[in-house]
Amino acid sequence: MDVLMLSRLQFAFATFIHFIFVPLTLGMSFIVAVMETKYVRTGDETYKRMAKFWGKLFLINFALGVVTGLTLEFQFGTNWSRYSAFVGDIFGSLLAIEATAAFFLESTFVAVWVFGWNKLSPKAHAACIWIVAFAANLSALWIILANGFMQHPVGYVIQNGRAELSSFLDVLTNGYAWNEYFHTVTGSWALAGFFVVGVSAVHLLRKSDIDFFTKSFRVGAAFALIFTILVALVGHRQGNIVAELQPAKLAAMESHWTTQKNAPMYLLAVPDPAKEGNSIEIGRIPSMLSLMAFNDPSATVKGLKDFPAEDRPPVALTFGAFRLMVGLGTLMLVLAVLAFIARHKPAESSPRLLKILVWAIPLPYIALQAGWAVAEVGRQPWIVYGLMRTKDAVSPLAVEQVAISLAAFFVVYILLAALDIFLLAKYARKTPA
Amino acid sequence: MDLGTTWFILWGVLWAIYFVLDGFDFGIGMIRPVVSKSDTDTRIMYNAMGPFWDGNEVWLITAGGVTFAAFPKTYAVMFSSLYTPLMLLLFSLILRGVTLEFRSKVDSAGWRKLWDTCNFLGSFLPALLLGVAFANIFKGVPIDQDGILQGNLLTLLNPYGLAGGLLFVALFAHHGALWLAFKSEGDLRDRAMGLAGKLWPVVAALVVLFLAMSWGMTPLFTNYLVHPILFAILLVPVAGLLLTCKYRRAGRALAAWVGSALLIGGAALFGVVGIFPALLPSSLNPAYSMTIENSASTPLTLSIMLGVALVFVPIVIIYQFWAFHTFRHPVTQDDLDYDEAY
Repeated sequence: MDVLMLSRLQFAFATFIHFIFVPLTLGMSFIVAVMETKYVRTGDETYKRMAKFWGKLFLINFALGVVTGLTLEFQFGTNWSRYSAFVGDIFGSLLAIEATAAFFLESTFVAVWVFGWNKLSPKAHAACIWIVAFAANLSALWIILANGFMQHPVGYVIQNGRAELSSFLDVLTNGYAWNEYFHTVTGSWALAGFFVVGVSAVHLLRKSDIDFFTKSFRVGAAFALIFTILVALVGHRQGNIVAELQPAKLAAMESHWTTQKNAPMYLLAVPDPAKEGNSIEIGRIPSMLSLMAFNDPSATVKGLKDFPAEDRPPVALTFGAFRLMVGLGTLMLVLAVLAFIARHKPAESSPRLLKILVWAIPLPYIALQAGWAVAEVGRQPWIVYGLMRTKDAVSPLAVEQVAISLAAFFVVYILLAALDIFLLAKYARKTPA
Repeated sequence: MDLGTTWFILWGVLWAIYFVLDGFDFGIGMIRPVVSKSDTDTRIMYNAMGPFWDGNEVWLITAGGVTFAAFPKTYAVMFSSLYTPLMLLLFSLILRGVTLEFRSKVDSAGWRKLWDTCNFLGSFLPALLLGVAFANIFKGVPIDQDGILQGNLLTLLNPYGLAGGLLFVALFAHHGALWLAFKSEGDLRDRAMGLAGKLWPVVAALVVLFLAMSWGMTPLFTNYLVHPILFAILLVPVAGLLLTCKYRRAGRALAAWVGSALLIGGAALFGVVGIFPALLPSSLNPAYSMTIENSASTPLTLSIMLGVALVFVPIVIIYQFWAFHTFRHPVTQDDLDYDEAY
């Protein structure tokens, strides 16, 4: 393998593992904040115990999110130096602002929150977790504004051999980025909701601390339902934006080869890039693709054959990941409705539902990873859409250097992820203090 | 002062703040095997940095981010040419970060021992690597006209680079001992103070050695000889070195720590001013150096970033100071019994 492929694998792997930890912290910080606020308002000690119990699970994840995020920032310089030099004027500033205006806030106040239960007044202490939740989600905004520039570059001019900033306002108001942001955070909040519901279900099945876990279940179910609906709505809008701004990605997401009006959608298809078509197509829904992409059943949808071969994203991966995301999203919606219906007395609902909800914990994780794969793989072969190809972005490194670091990433990150899951499972099963 | 120079100085200041803050975390990790006599001691040591290390580390993320934003070409060349040491640094920082979170999560002596070892490595390696890296930057790195390093990890482990590494290790160990003394009581405090006393002459000797080697082996003093007034900067680390000794002898741990902070911060700034206007000097040919001029972002980006920095950095300093103030007390048994303690 060459340096390009190794660097791509390394970045994809590092992001994949980082993104196991981050979504939970985005949503869980708000869930904990809601619980602690209930405690401050009502004085009900159960809510304080809830904030502590769920806070602990949040923190185990948080530490891993931090350390794995560190390597991502530095990898732009180490592995993608040509890219860094090309877009640093814009992309770099967004990362720097993220650290200065959001990440400092998050890291400082999370520590005050952890160690400050006896040092601060209840109100000040609750304020800390709200700051953490706000800062975590603000941090995500800056990162996604940076990613949004890679997806849909705006506010720049090409000058002196690089992309130079021409309008910071355009970069900040990038429509692609904002929708991508809401799609990501609503997905992350839904994930946190499912996590709380699933862990509560474990305890409800064992009939331990029913009051505590019924209340937790209720909060989690509300989050899961609200945000599963929102993530779908925002996701549909994301599809429209992709159709307009990244037609090659849309065509890959649907394995749509021939440009046509009233483009149909297939429930199941097997892409065959060598033959520029699909070897199997099942479940044809006439005009559905045109309708979903442009909200107009007769709209023309550009097919992959109308893009030069070197400008087409990997079809099978993009298509498969997209189907997986949408399929899991639909399943999550059904489960979220069932959990919401059962929320008042979940312990008295069917054990089968509770068991399914336990097994549903990984679903939003997989859906989010798949969504990320659609966004990033579907953008290929561009690192900055239409501006810079991924192959022109890589650092001039020796193959051994990257091969060794990739191996190290692989070993260390797998161990970290395994430890994280082990500790989460251990603490999730504990009876709350 | 033009925007480029302003950002150059801010860049140096950010690294200096990072060394001062995370330096004591690394120091505590490094001296733990020597100072800790029991699991309780070890827990006190972890909790002495518990509320701070994460916020401290963000200064590194900011220093990295600012390099990217203000000097993208430098960021690209520096991080890709120092690929292997940087990867080592990142992995050791990961190790350091997770040890704090993991150590107390499973009640087993073997588990704790494993993470204690990792914590030592995750503290010693960053200190050493940062020292080696910055000494090499002060000396100039063999990068060619394409920004590619002509050499490997061993090239960086030259005598001057190693002297820088040892200096950082000693500086941070001393710094950590003083912080621990400030955050602990009784025997542990006495041992930490005693160790700081033993480390001080080592630090002082290494500072003198490093300055002498810089004089003989690097162009670091060129700017100073052109503008002798700049030698005044040296007063900061020298004053820090003397004050830290004076206050330690008086038993004032916090004041001694502030002296050590002046020493570390002043030493970093001394080096940064020495390489101006390059951020990454090339030892092959000055024309290959990454400088303010050939690597800075556009004036528009630099001024937007300056606005952001002028608003947010003071705010960050205020709330971090508040956080330090909130947890300024010595770590006691009460703190260890606290359910969130490490």
